[in-house]
Amino acid sequence: MKRVIGFAAVALALSCGSVQAQWSDGVIKIGVMNDMSGTYADLSGPGSVLAARMAVEDFGAEKKGMKVEILGADHQNKPDVGSNVVRTWIDVDKVDVIVDVPTSSVALAVNEIVREKNKVFLISGAAASNLTGDKCSPNTVHWTYDTWSLANGTGNAIVKTGGKNWFFLTADYAFGHALERDTAAVVEKNGGKVVGKVRHPFPGTDFSSFLLQAQASKAQIIGLANAGSDTINSIKQASEFGIVKGGQNLAALLAFITDVHALGLPTAQGLIMTEAWYWDLNDNNREFAKKFAPQNKGVHPTMVHAGVYSAVMHYLKALEALKSDADGKAVVEKMKSIPTEDKLFGKGEIRADGRHIHPMYLFEVKKPAESKGAWDYYKLRATIPANEAFRPLKDGGCPLVKS
Amino acid sequence: MKQEKFAIAGLQTRSRSEAIGFVLMVAFVAAAPLFIYPVLMMKILCFALFACAFNLLIGYVGLLSFGHALFFGWASYVSAYAAKVWGFTPELAIIAGTLAGAGLGLVAGLVAIRRQGIYFAMITLALAQMMYFFAVQAPFTGGEDGIQAVPRGKLFGLIDLADQTAMYVTVAAIFLGGFLLISRIIHSPFGEVLKAIRENEARAVSLGYKTERYKLLAFVLSAALAGTAGATKALILQLASLTDVHWSMSGEVVLMTLVGGLGTVFGPVVGAYVIIGMQNYLAQFGQWVTVIQGVIFVVCVLLFRRGIVGELAALLRIRL
Repeated sequence: MKRVIGFAAVALALSCGSVQAQWSDGVIKIGVMNDMSGTYADLSGPGSVLAARMAVEDFGAEKKGMKVEILGADHQNKPDVGSNVVRTWIDVDKVDVIVDVPTSSVALAVNEIVREKNKVFLISGAAASNLTGDKCSPNTVHWTYDTWSLANGTGNAIVKTGGKNWFFLTADYAFGHALERDTAAVVEKNGGKVVGKVRHPFPGTDFSSFLLQAQASKAQIIGLANAGSDTINSIKQASEFGIVKGGQNLAALLAFITDVHALGLPTAQGLIMTEAWYWDLNDNNREFAKKFAPQNKGVHPTMVHAGVYSAVMHYLKALEALKSDADGKAVVEKMKSIPTEDKLFGKGEIRADGRHIHPMYLFEVKKPAESKGAWDYYKLRATIPANEAFRPLKDGGCPLVKS
Repeated sequence: MKQEKFAIAGLQTRSRSEAIGFVLMVAFVAAAPLFIYPVLMMKILCFALFACAFNLLIGYVGLLSFGHALFFGWASYVSAYAAKVWGFTPELAIIAGTLAGAGLGLVAGLVAIRRQGIYFAMITLALAQMMYFFAVQAPFTGGEDGIQAVPRGKLFGLIDLADQTAMYVTVAAIFLGGFLLISRIIHSPFGEVLKAIRENEARAVSLGYKTERYKLLAFVLSAALAGTAGATKALILQLASLTDVHWSMSGEVVLMTLVGGLGTVFGPVVGAYVIIGMQNYLAQFGQWVTVIQGVIFVVCVLLFRRGIVGELAALLRIRL
């Protein structure tokens, strides 16, 4: 269960005699929990542990006399496994902060445990926007993205760049319905039109009849309101039907660069999606990717990895300012009060509901001829400014927000 | 005369070895929190009760149900919902879960016991899958997210179960109570009839037993106890999720029972301990856990077919 991935730093208590910080049990323990071997292993997995370690190194924890230890664990995308790991981490291993946790069902379970035990929870991998809505917690910061920002980014920006007519291919369960509902609302608000929708069983394998309906609808944009292997399979099969070549565009509402990598450009070309971060956007990102990829079997950093790096960095800053890691609420309070700034996400802030605010980007996957090589996959279609990228504070229904 | 004496002596060694086994088990359950993380141990106890309930059906009636996750999972949903939304106290929530298990067991049993062997297994699997998809879609189960932040509440309105020790004692009591009930059922005249049905149903019918009724009652009892286990688990982990109604959970309980020893009283307990312990301590290998489980299953079937406890009992020539 517990796997000590590495000691990031060793305390140099003797050299920093000036200020003695109060670390509970003498060490700051960061627990990175995600899917280490399944569907989400590439977009989070061991790469997130690496990102956390890089953040600790770049922060210079060792020089500042902070002893940091990083643990990693696999939750197998099961909420009961995840909650078991987190309980053991907090009760037995004295972990101070839980990081990453893709799969919303696991994140929601962890959210409650961390609140109960008064530790800190930094979410990068999970999508559910109710983590900063009705389920928001004074111990939680949601860093990278959420369903609202994806639906809004993709819906809004596509309609504004000409994609007026939409057809939805929706996974038939609560998550798919929510994604479809949110995106459709954004599309219609911006003057677009939903010409049809079809629901496929979850999890699905054969999408042909649904895709043919989508093709026959003549909609400009086919919105994929599903996730994981459903998204991959529907994109693959859409490519077999020549849907993108026929002039329609696919918009994935929840997909990552690792999915594009797995599909390959010939299949994924023309796909439109929203992400919070892309390694080839600027020099800082490229430098990070150059350092990251060789240590992660060549897999370039995803927005989830970047989010882990950035969140851990900010967490350590708050600890430095606070000189204590004992009270989770106080730490998150501090994280909210100091503005965020790091080389990957730039300047930003954490709102009262725990939502980290930063710009989002709408990308289109390149054609094979446009790509200069592996991992050169995206061209930027639009930038969604920070103040529009996330759900307005008052709409979330978070009890922490005082109106 | 001589034979009779022998039989009585056999009966005595059986009950004596079982009594010793029970004392050892109680001692282990009492001491376990000192060296095993209590939440993990509570989870093991729930699965042990679940496996014992399953063993009642396969080990003593010879009915292989492949849909026991239905009772386990739905009971956990019912108790979680009752505790969270209706504000039931823990004991009422667990009773609600048990009744849900029994009710579902009655319906599933009425349909399934009309067929034998593979058809029985397939009918139970089909019913479980139906209810799985219902759990995915129904709004009150929370779909993918499950029911979270279930309050443990106060037992009888007095004892706060948020306290780890109080919770552990409660779970241990539920487990031991369930275990004793099952062993009482097995050794009762009713249990003897069940065993007769297992050995030769046609002969039991010819002796005048209405085997359908016996089988149905055994099925309902097994489902109700599986429900108790599921309901308790929901309170311990404060979570009811799709994992518990998924068909792989039905498979896992078969595995626990087989590894521990089919048709032995203690086998399922040992099996649950081994399988859950393995899932916990090998969690770092991720999906490999399933592969390792598979290998252990194959080794078990090839080398010690009677399971851990079954082989041990055969070696010591006692019944466990």
